[in-house]
Amino acid sequence: MRRMRLRALIALATIAVAPMPAHAHLVETGFGGFYDGIAHLAITPADLLVVIALALFAGQRGTRTARMVVFALPLAWWLGGLIGARWSVVTTLPLLTTLSFALAGVLVALNMRVREIGVAIFAVIAGLLHGVVNGATLAPGGASGLALAGVVSAIFFLTAVLSAEVTALPAGWPGIAVRVAGSWIAATGLLMLGWLAKMAR
Amino acid sequence: MNVKKQRGRPCAVLGATLLMLLPVLASAHQEAGQTAGFVAGLAHPVSGFDHVVAMIAVGLWGAVLGPPAIWVLPVAFPMMMAFGGLMGLLGIPVPGIEIGIAVSAIVLGAMVLVQVRPPLWVAAVLVAIFAIFHGYAHGRELPAGGNALLYSLGFVIATGLLHLVGILLGEAHRWAMGRRIVRAAGGGIALTGLFFLWRAVVA
Repeated sequence: MRRMRLRALIALATIAVAPMPAHAHLVETGFGGFYDGIAHLAITPADLLVVIALALFAGQRGTRTARMVVFALPLAWWLGGLIGARWSVVTTLPLLTTLSFALAGVLVALNMRVREIGVAIFAVIAGLLHGVVNGATLAPGGASGLALAGVVSAIFFLTAVLSAEVTALPAGWPGIAVRVAGSWIAATGLLMLGWLAKMAR
Repeated sequence: MNVKKQRGRPCAVLGATLLMLLPVLASAHQEAGQTAGFVAGLAHPVSGFDHVVAMIAVGLWGAVLGPPAIWVLPVAFPMMMAFGGLMGLLGIPVPGIEIGIAVSAIVLGAMVLVQVRPPLWVAAVLVAIFAIFHGYAHGRELPAGGNALLYSLGFVIATGLLHLVGILLGEAHRWAMGRRIVRAAGGGIALTGLFFLWRAVVA
């Protein structure tokens, strides 16, 4: 049992530090780089889930927090994207990206009381992380800066709409539905961590 | 020096030509297995009847208990179920999985039938323990070529929707006739659990 746990730990540590090859996967919409970037966010579940979870969490924490996250997340994502594209480490860091949305899901499910600066810092870290991965995967595929702008714009839009909706929700069932959504995201992340560990073995 | 350079040039040209002819591994530019993974994940919880009845029982019991259990149980269940799935994927052994799933249907069905109202934490712990069995058994069967993340998402959503079905059915217990139907549903779930327990023990 102990040996198994140790093996699992080693497997998780290995996938945390071992970057996986990033296969370029920018979808081509035919409308140009900007729209390709928007589509990229829509078809990249790990990115989409972290944005949804963070937007829900920011909304749960109130208007001031939501306003901070609406700008902090896309800006950090953009900065991370530039870093990833410039110093392309060709990596997808699946464990860290999974951890980021799983943790955000847990925070939503528990409706955790976190100070606004804490939420903003979390948004910046998650944005940088996912942005770096985006930049590193999109740049070798020949994606332009417009694609990154498309990704960031979509994140801004999604975060603004979702967090605004959540802040305006009446008490009762709608708030519970948000927490349930958080628990689903967290559960998906937990299962994904298991898959990653299994794949690494 | 110049002679050396001239000798080196054909080698460089040859090398460059060979490099050009070298077949380069084409990294897929297309996301593959997304739909297959998501749909398979959505369909998976519905494919096992023991799983279906237990999920509905969670919702029914939550509705019988009323707030806050009505939402605490469906929030706790997916997370603990995923934890069970994680244990299975990590290879941590959990004995008597099939028996645990059958017992979950029996106990949860009986709770609905008898309208048991324990403290919230007791209900949450009970549901969490059963969730581990369900997650362990069902959360690790990814079809070949499927996207693991979308499969997991589909699996979790389907489970949550089954809870919702249970909650909606359970809301009928507000009326006298509805209460009888809900209790009968609980009894049916418990009987189904007994059948699966018998099958798990005999097989």
